[in-house]
Amino acid sequence: MIYFDNSATTKPYPEVIDSFIKVSTDYFGNPSSLHGLGAKAENLLTQARRQVAELLQVKSMEICFTSGGTEGNNLAIKGAAHAYSGRGKHIITTVMEHASIKETCKSLEEEGYEITYLQVDSDGLVSVEELKKALRTDTILVSIMSVNNEVGSIQPIAEIGQLLKEWPQVLFHVDHVQGIGKIPLDLTAGKIDLCTISGHKFHGLKGTGVLYIRDGIRVSPLFTGGNQEARLRSGTENVAGFVALAKALRLTLQKSAQDDGKLTEIREMLFQGLNDMQGVKINSPKHGAPHIINFSIPGIKSEVFIHSLEEKEIYLSTTSACSSKKKSVSDTVLAMFHDQRRAESVIRISTSYGNEHYEAELVLREIKNTLLKLQKVMR
Amino acid sequence: MKFDHIIIRYGEISTKKRNRKSFVDKLKNHIRWALRDFKAATLQASRERMYILLNGEDHQKIIDQIKSVYGIQSLSPALKVGRDIEEIKAAALYYVDQLSGEIETFKVSTKRSDKDFPYNTNEMNHLLGGHLLRNKDGILKVDVKKPDLNLLVEIRKEAVYLSGVNIQGAGGLPFGSSGKAMLMLSGGIDSPVAGFLSMKRGLEIECIHFYSPPFTSERSKQKVMDLAEKLALVNGSMKVHIVPFTEIQLLIQKQIPENYTMTSTRRLMLRIADAIREKEEALAIITGESLGQVASQTMNSMFAINEVISTPVLRPLIAMDKLEIIDLAKQYDTFEISNQPYEDCCTVFTPASPKTKPKLEKVQYYESFVDFDKLIEACVEQTETRKIHFGEKAAGEVQTEDLF
Repeated sequence: MIYFDNSATTKPYPEVIDSFIKVSTDYFGNPSSLHGLGAKAENLLTQARRQVAELLQVKSMEICFTSGGTEGNNLAIKGAAHAYSGRGKHIITTVMEHASIKETCKSLEEEGYEITYLQVDSDGLVSVEELKKALRTDTILVSIMSVNNEVGSIQPIAEIGQLLKEWPQVLFHVDHVQGIGKIPLDLTAGKIDLCTISGHKFHGLKGTGVLYIRDGIRVSPLFTGGNQEARLRSGTENVAGFVALAKALRLTLQKSAQDDGKLTEIREMLFQGLNDMQGVKINSPKHGAPHIINFSIPGIKSEVFIHSLEEKEIYLSTTSACSSKKKSVSDTVLAMFHDQRRAESVIRISTSYGNEHYEAELVLREIKNTLLKLQKVMR
Repeated sequence: MKFDHIIIRYGEISTKKRNRKSFVDKLKNHIRWALRDFKAATLQASRERMYILLNGEDHQKIIDQIKSVYGIQSLSPALKVGRDIEEIKAAALYYVDQLSGEIETFKVSTKRSDKDFPYNTNEMNHLLGGHLLRNKDGILKVDVKKPDLNLLVEIRKEAVYLSGVNIQGAGGLPFGSSGKAMLMLSGGIDSPVAGFLSMKRGLEIECIHFYSPPFTSERSKQKVMDLAEKLALVNGSMKVHIVPFTEIQLLIQKQIPENYTMTSTRRLMLRIADAIREKEEALAIITGESLGQVASQTMNSMFAINEVISTPVLRPLIAMDKLEIIDLAKQYDTFEISNQPYEDCCTVFTPASPKTKPKLEKVQYYESFVDFDKLIEACVEQTETRKIHFGEKAAGEVQTEDLF
């Protein structure tokens, strides 16, 4: 089996599952309970929070555990929008954000907020100049992803952070779900106020995530109730999941530090191989995140292509997993190239640490074979 | 080119005469401890100053680390270069580049102890000033009266030294140079702050905590251990004496009228603390009391409570408002721990309306019916002492090596 769909989800590390099982079995207490079992669970939660904070080089109190990327993004956008509505009701984001940002912004539009969607160029990048022009005195939030989930373009987050230093009233949210462990991001130096990551994208478990909320930033909670997570997220904490997340993050950042360029090499191999194939158009920019490569085969339905490869136990995906079920075109690719046919036939390869060169070779060969086969049939 | 050493100035120690050597030695030890993660860096001390030779370590990280060492007045990153004029020019430019955005005006002050150097002081000032102006045209201006940066260039026989930025140190006196005292650590916001402030003035401290199971939980004890771990930042470790207090507390509840229980409790705590102090050969007791904050911290209460001992009781927070204390607690990174809502020895038995103006004669009279001496002795005997090391996961935490 070759699993090349790591941007949809990753396979949890066995050590991570071990932690989850051990905590769920031995330390199942509710961290809010007063007895010793509760204290132990709370202790674990504190340690998990501390470890995540240390790994991200921020303070413990700035870590809010969530159920994943979607919740993190919702909490960041809605929470900040509601908490700071007194300052203004203008939000800036981009046309290529994940659905959990886009749809959240849409729902805010219905509440009377005004959203500016920045365009992207054919490299999938926003322009800092455009952003500068879009900023207004009533802008309260800028939300821009670090790495695009479909094509892997890397936005100039540090530069945007520098620009926003001159706009202290404007909060800066970064959706770092695809970027964590793959590209470096300095939360403190980058003037980042809010940052989302999701456990299952870095070999943790589904249903776990983190929203970084810079000290001093107010966010209105989505859930009300028992006031867990410093009142930001009521509901009994998923202690085992968060311990597992802390471990997965440590292991991933370790692997990232030890990576001697293998991930990039594999991507370059794929990029070169796909570039040489007739009928294939690469959508990812040449210099993108080291783990995502996106291409189109105009004229061939990507779903058919995916299933043909699946017969060889090769797992790729069409567009982002979260929108692939509704059979739509890729908004991201459409925004980059304004080409309907190209945006309808999108295929994404996403790797992670642990993938090997030979896998890329094999996949390239199978893509070529499938392509020849399908081109005969479908023409 | 890179900063290669850091200059440390002592401040108040330099006014001490005879015991100067021990002051400097203590400071040296503490800087060494603060440099524990920077293996390559070395420390040299002279009469007036100390020098950290970076040997490739990052100067900013080291400065951040030693900024909090008590006894340091100020620090400056500095460069040592050869006597070649081009090299000196490049170093001067490097120095101002490190401060880009922070400074707008500068001047150059040259000191020439080596009179054989081909340029004299004025020539050097002009040469370097001109070089900087040419390279920083429109960004930097000269201001000889009140410059943002006074670039000091010291020309000596062996080399040329450049410094100029003065970074404020934590001030105070080196840890341990003022003797030892016992800190009464409850787990609240105030006492750890009192601990840090005492250490700032050179006190070595040990903590005393009163533990009353089952009325106070394991978690409240845990909290105290976590606070002790924070206090250990200064010296690397912190001793905590845990006093089993349940029996005495129950007896007080039984014997003393309700509105005087608080006063009596404090009096007994102080007596026990003093007994432990004597054993540990310390010279004072430190509390986190702030005048008028709660019933036990009114002047009348202090008068009635303090009467039980003649040892000096130091109250570093006496004149501070709660908000000022909270600010400091945040700065010392203890606020989050202190703010966890567990019952501690002070809150459980608090009467509904404690006396804010207790009368000394009355409390003496109430206590005269019970022989507390034996109990105090027993308490001191059963006191458990733990040494918490900085960075150590305090005891009581789940064994977790493989979980994380």
